[in-house]
Formats: sequence, structure tokens, C-alpha cells
Amino acid sequence: MAELTLVEAINSCFHHELQRDDSVMVMGEDVGRAGGVFRATAGLRDRFGPDRCVDTPLAEAGILGTAVGLCMAGWRPVCELQYDAFSYPALDQLITHVGRYRWRTRGGMEFPITIRMPYGGGVRAPELHDDSPETYYVHTPGVKVAIPSTPSDAKGLLAAAIRDPDPVVVFEPKLHYRTMRGEVPEGDHVVPLGKARVARMGSDLTLVAYGSMVPLVERAADALGGDASVEVLDVRTLKPLDEQALLASAAKTGRVVIVQEAPRTCGYAAELAAILAEKAILDLRGPVLRVTGYDVPYPYWQIEDAYMPSVERVVDAARKLLQY
Amino acid sequence: MAIAREAEPVGSLKEVREAGLDREDLLDVYRNMLVTRGVEERGHILYRQGKIPGSFYTGRGNEAAAVGVATAMGTDDVGTPLHRDMGVHITRGVEPWRIFAQYMGRADGPTKGKDGNVHMADSNLGLLAMVSHLPAMLPVAVGCALAFRIREESRVAVAWFGEGASARGDTHEGMNFAGVRQLPVVFICDNNQWAYSTPTHLQYATEHVADRAQSYGFEGVVVDGTDVLAVYREAKRAIEKARAGGGPTLVECLTLRMEGHAVHDDAFYVPKDMFEEWAKNDPIERFRTWLRDNADMSDEEEDEITAGVKRLLTESMRRADESPMPDPATLLDGVYATPEDLDTPHHK
Repeated sequence: MAELTLVEAINSCFHHELQRDDSVMVMGEDVGRAGGVFRATAGLRDRFGPDRCVDTPLAEAGILGTAVGLCMAGWRPVCELQYDAFSYPALDQLITHVGRYRWRTRGGMEFPITIRMPYGGGVRAPELHDDSPETYYVHTPGVKVAIPSTPSDAKGLLAAAIRDPDPVVVFEPKLHYRTMRGEVPEGDHVVPLGKARVARMGSDLTLVAYGSMVPLVERAADALGGDASVEVLDVRTLKPLDEQALLASAAKTGRVVIVQEAPRTCGYAAELAAILAEKAILDLRGPVLRVTGYDVPYPYWQIEDAYMPSVERVVDAARKLLQY
Repeated sequence: MAIAREAEPVGSLKEVREAGLDREDLLDVYRNMLVTRGVEERGHILYRQGKIPGSFYTGRGNEAAAVGVATAMGTDDVGTPLHRDMGVHITRGVEPWRIFAQYMGRADGPTKGKDGNVHMADSNLGLLAMVSHLPAMLPVAVGCALAFRIREESRVAVAWFGEGASARGDTHEGMNFAGVRQLPVVFICDNNQWAYSTPTHLQYATEHVADRAQSYGFEGVVVDGTDVLAVYREAKRAIEKARAGGGPTLVECLTLRMEGHAVHDDAFYVPKDMFEEWAKNDPIERFRTWLRDNADMSDEEEDEITAGVKRLLTESMRRADESPMPDPATLLDGVYATPEDLDTPHHK
């Protein structure tokens, strides 16, 4: 196994998947000559040619619409949207075409599109380069959503997305593109969609998170170490959700704190809390708590730390629940 | 084949006077160009010192285009300058110390530290703050122009975009609506030939972006964006035409982005000889030479302007550094109207 950064793991996935299947192609703004602004697609144009690593004009809706057409002709396009918030202009094509064309053809056509984008804050970037928009995508019928938290999962989930017959949106924690290294299997490596990961076993309380919040809740679990046995559940695939893993952990610990970076109202944590209320109410020893961002546009760097869920906020919620 | 008209250079002081600028105005234009570049050069120093985190965007090479257009605007006109258009903020009168405060995320920046960078504007000076999705500003400017038309106000909206932004749908939507209603709006394309790493031939297939204007029912003009006087004259014509009810114009200012997309980008994808060629057309040096040859700018005048700009920048950096950090308690402010905001005649 090689030790890679998260973005290197993504790049290694691309090199493997484009080699493995010649219907896989990459498209997006600056993905070719420049190799992507984060270098996730570095080397693909030189190795596989400009027809399989396409530099598009600056037009996000156009990128997704074109990908739908490419699927109709048998390609498996992987679209890069340069930043989280740059995906908003493409939501029209996502909702009207990407998510519903299989349904509109009554299963007659498949749309194996992968849409990937760096997401999240903590990198001191300007406005509209720090958003966590996963809920818009999870809420769109016909679209699957995955968010890796480790280099190994970044490779494995992207490979699963590329091989999946349906549209999959993969959010990549940009904060950890270069700051996180980890062991990544070489060659074929697929992490199946719909399988959560127990990042840490415990018996008193479960911290549920995904993507950039997983390392944060692991630090919170360390901080709680002497006081409680904490389980950490990394959701990995938001849709389809590994409901069994969520319910099993809730049944074991009886206490659940869900952490998301996105704004609070109607965020993904609310969906998880609703599932626990419906299906695990008798297992719970206290209310399901959420630690989230606030209902405010993501703020600039001098106050972004006040926005972000912190270890302290997670620990506070956990202690409150343990003492409930 | 080009459709847009190609603008002529401005030859003499007499031609400039005819276009509406006297000698003092010209020295102000020169001063504004120096302040524009100076703010970005000093900002870059702050970035290297770690006082501006994230990234830092400059408009080196675009000073003439930005200052030229802003000089042609009327006091009550509005505009949507972008991240290469520092010269618009300077010309409209945004004080440099507030720009430095903005860069550093301080409470005295135009966004009070809620946002950084060039995502800013002082609405009291008729400027509307850009978002990262640059073409999203065009329909907004068109909306301002529609309001001016409905109220029969003698005002013009100036809408900036880049050749990269020209590829997106909202550019088409904004221009089409403006053309249909012949609204008082002027579209300014900062064509600096590179949208991050993407060159013009991968962005659009016409010879000029301005060639498209014809398909929206108004005129397109291409102007040398390193020639501040040519830019000024074409912008002035377009703005006054719009004010007089003549409808929109698309003015394309051709320049080269002389640095990377932002300071973290070394622009390895731009051919070296392209930089060398365009460096010969540095807008500030070009105008300085013009002033000496055509307006008798003396050594003393030049030294006085240069020294004044230096003093202004040094003092501005000092003042910005004294500006406090934004209070984290203000994090949630401003998302929705407060009860006080609702206590206005409009809501009663």
C-alpha cells in the first residue's frame, strides 16, 4: 500500500479507472492542461488524450447537460465542478436532467455520471469557496451522494461512483486534500456505496459524522476518552444511507450526537435524527443532539472558526447527553 | 470574421478634451492608476506576511481598462466591478485603507470582515459587490437599468464580466433582456485572455466577444485595454448613448492577465513570449509616456504624484492595521431583517 494525500488518492483512482475502462472520461474547467485547480486530474490529458480529459468552457450547467448527452452515447463522464458553490449554476441540469432521466425513460437509459467537487471550509478562502451543499443533492431524487473522509475512501468511493450505473455526487473535503495522508490500496480499490464505516468502537455514545467532520469528531472522542467509551460512525454514503449501521450503533450506545459542517436547518443531520426518532426511539437514553454550522452564509476567515463546529462544541454536546 | 467595431487610439490632448477630460483630469487618471497598482502590490506584501490568508487576486495589466471605464461613469451611475477591477473602486473614491482592512478581514472593510478579498463594494458610491460567479452580476446590472428606465432616471448601469464569464448562460440572459428592452446598461468585457488556465480559443469561437452584441441587437466595440484614453472614450460614448435612450453597448477591453489567476498560481500554462509581448504595453508606463509627450507632464509633477501615492498607501496600511477584528458575536447578523429594519414606512 502506498501512503498518499487525499488528493493524490483521487488522482490515482482516475489513472486506474481510465485505464480500466475506456468509456470513462473526465471533463470540467481547467482539468486538462492545468490538471485541475487542486491537481486532482493531473497527468490524465497527457496519458489518455484530450478527448478523455476535456477542458470545458466556464459553464457549469453546460458541463452537466453535456454529460447527460455523453451518457446517451455510451460514455461514463466524470464531471469536476471547481468548488462546492460553483455547482449552484448546475443545479438546474442536475435536478431537471441528471436526476430524472432514468425515471423519464422508465429505466430504458442509464446515466452513469459522476459529479465531484471540493467542499467545505477551514481553508481561509473567499465567499462561495467554502460551502457544504450536500443537502441539495441528497434531496434530489435519482442522485446518490458520497463523502469520503480518508484517502483510502476517497479512492474507493470515487471508483464505486464511476462504476455505478446511476448519477453519483462525490464531495471531497478540500481542507484535507493535502493535510491528510493515509494508506491507500494500489490498483483496484472499491468502497461500495451504502456502507458506513465504524471509525472507532465504543459503548456509551455515538458520534456520527461524514467527510471533513470525521477527523474533528475523532479528536472530540479523544478528548472524552477518560469519561466515556465513544463510538465514531463515518456515514461515507449519504444516499443510499447505511441505515443498519446507524441503528445498530444507536442500539448499542443509546446516545447519538450528529455533527455536520453545513448550516443547521434541514441539514443532513436532521434526516438522521428523524430516522432515529422513527426507528430507534426505544433504544435511546436521551435526545438526539446536533452540532452544526449556523443558518448564515459561510463567513470569511477572521470569524470562520466561530461558524465551524469545533471539538469543544462536540464535547459539550456529548457531555450534556451523557449527563441527561 | 470580426463584426464588432475596432476602437481607434486617442491621438492628442485636443481629442481628449473633446471626449470630456482636461489636463487636471488626466493627472487624476494617472494617479488613480498608480494607486490601483500600488494597492495590489502592497496587498501582495501583506499576503506574503501572512496577514491575508487564503489567496490574493490582482488585476495587473487591467488598470487602464478599469480606471478608464470608471472615469467615464457619472456620479449617480452604478457598476458591478470584478476582481480585476480595483481601479473602479479607487476611481469611485473607495479609500485604500478600507480596501486593506477588507483584505485582512477587519471590521472596517466594506463588508465589515464578513467577507474578504475583492468580494466587496461600497454601495454608497454606486458599486455592487461581486460574487465568485461573475456572470451572475450581469442580470443584476440589467435589473438596475430596468429600474432606471421605469423611474425615468437619467442613470446608467455598468456591468463587468470576463471572457470566461461570457461562456455562461446568465451572460446571454442578461444581454438578451437588455437588448429586448434597449435598457441603459453598458456591458464591459475584461478580456484578459485567460480564464484561470483556459485560453480564449477554448472559451468562445467568435473572433471577439464583442461580436456577439449584434445578435442581441446592440453595438459591440473592441478596444485596446492597455490604452486608458481609448477605453475612456469608448466607455464615455457608450454610457452617454445609454443615458440618452440609445440602448446597451458591449465594450470589450483586450488585455493580458499579467499574473496568475491568483498569487498561488504561477500561470505555467501561459506562453512566456505572450507575457513578454504584452509587458511592452504596460498600461501605466504607456500612459505616463503619453502624458509626457502630449500633455507636458514635467519631472516635478510626476515626482509629486508618485510621492503622494506612496504616502497615501503607507498611511492606509497603517490605518488598516489598527482596524479591529470582526466580533465573532456578529456572526449571525445581517442574514434577515431585524425588527428595527422592518420599522420603516415601506413595511408599515
